[in-house]
Amino acid sequence: MLRIENVNTHYGQIQALHDVSVEVRQGEIVTLIGANGAGKTTLMMTICGDPQASSGKVIFDGKEITGQPTSMIMQQGLAIVPEGRRVFSGLTVEENLYMGSYFRSKADADVTAEHVLELFPRLRERYSQRAGTMSGGEQQMLAIGRAMMAKPRMILLDEPSLGLAPIIIQQIFDIIQKLRDEGVTIFLVEQNANQALRIADRGYVLENGRVVLEDSGDALLTNEAVRQAYLGG
Amino acid sequence: MTETSLYLIQQLINGLTIGSTYALIAIGYTMVYGIIGMINFAHGEIYMIGSYVTFIVIAGLMSMGLVSLPIVLLIALIIAIITSSTYGWTVERVAYRPLRGSNRLIALISAIGMSIFLQNFVVLSQGSRDVALPPQISGGWTFGDPSVFEVSFSYMQLLIWLATFLTMAGLTLFISKSRMGRACRACSEDLGMTNLLGINTNKIISMTFVIGAALAAIAGLLLGLYYGVVNPFVGFMAGLKAFTAAVLGGIGSIPGAMLGGLILGVTEALTSAYFPSEYKDVVAFSLLVLILLFRPSGLLGKPEVEKV
Repeated sequence: MLRIENVNTHYGQIQALHDVSVEVRQGEIVTLIGANGAGKTTLMMTICGDPQASSGKVIFDGKEITGQPTSMIMQQGLAIVPEGRRVFSGLTVEENLYMGSYFRSKADADVTAEHVLELFPRLRERYSQRAGTMSGGEQQMLAIGRAMMAKPRMILLDEPSLGLAPIIIQQIFDIIQKLRDEGVTIFLVEQNANQALRIADRGYVLENGRVVLEDSGDALLTNEAVRQAYLGG
Repeated sequence: MTETSLYLIQQLINGLTIGSTYALIAIGYTMVYGIIGMINFAHGEIYMIGSYVTFIVIAGLMSMGLVSLPIVLLIALIIAIITSSTYGWTVERVAYRPLRGSNRLIALISAIGMSIFLQNFVVLSQGSRDVALPPQISGGWTFGDPSVFEVSFSYMQLLIWLATFLTMAGLTLFISKSRMGRACRACSEDLGMTNLLGINTNKIISMTFVIGAALAAIAGLLLGLYYGVVNPFVGFMAGLKAFTAAVLGGIGSIPGAMLGGLILGVTEALTSAYFPSEYKDVVAFSLLVLILLFRPSGLLGKPEVEKV
């Protein structure tokens, strides 16, 4: 469904990604793990076209999206829950959700909104509250809900568990699996490698902008090198 | 009432009149800053162009024999808004969009260049002298004791108050309720994220310039009729005043621009009422310096938080 082929990305003179190739198939949860600064977020953002890859191809649903403007890429069935959530703190929960469905009709969006609120009852309680006044966990739910509002076939999640309490993290991971059961393909970036690999079908390990390892989630969980580096021995 | 209090009331009326037009222009500065973080120094010229178009259209319609004032004003308003908006939109496309993402200073210099360009463009096409228009709306109310001090409130002032109030109410409604207004607020919080939601933020930015220019055109029509005279250089001072108003209220904040405009107008009126009137600009810009020194975020602005 998503194929990243030999992608190189630069920030000015600095090369952040080297010849990265990743594939995410329809209905999979694929996770990308790696240390701080390995280039995980850069890869996510390169898929979205911000920054653009300096070479290589990103193919989504059989169509090359490399070089397209970000706003166009994000209208083709791809949505992102970005690092740090980035909800609009001055907008209400309702307004935030409907920003996610800006290019869809109101009637279609209403149906999806109802589904999102069923999945996240907390958001219904806070519906007309400003997003900035909510807890980190609630904001993360809102960011996921906002991504769902576009009715994407694939969601990119960048560190959704960052800075959250363990009980909330569990909820977020449950939701991710639920999304997959509904047919949404998931590409998940995590530092919380243990939990991410446990729900993932396959995983990639990124080091210094290069893919160094690729295997099934279970295999990576038991891989000695991965255990040493990312799972605390 | 005593003479001093009647005199004060008159100054407040005058101050609120000028202040509301400052507020209209200030909104253009504040909305653009709110979204792309740049000061559009060519905005004063957009206002000046609005004034010129108003004069030309009114004079033209009059010479064609159209005498119904409301219709003349309405046509002038529509044409002024369309012309100014076209200029505002074009300025963004030509002078700012290609520079987006570069250093803030570069866009600022481009804006100053655009301002000089537009000023001289109007000098070349319309001449640099004052153009006058006979008063279109005369008369008004007077109250107070004629032997002490007579306060006058003209129909023209009433029109300025009403038009400003309606425009502001409409804008507030648009920003808070409409789909595009919501996108506008989202853009001013996080332009990149709005883009990541599949929204073409370039369109939203263009729209911001168009709205700001339309409001400046309304101010251009009102102030042009109020003073009855316009020249290619009025945009410079009005732009600086409106910019001061925007900073005073908190740049990026729309209610702030409204409040800042009114405060600045009243301050100026009171200064020229009780001191030699040359001091009014001194006081206005001292206010700018003081605000920048002691409350850089303005009266209603939020302090700028460094995003990580």
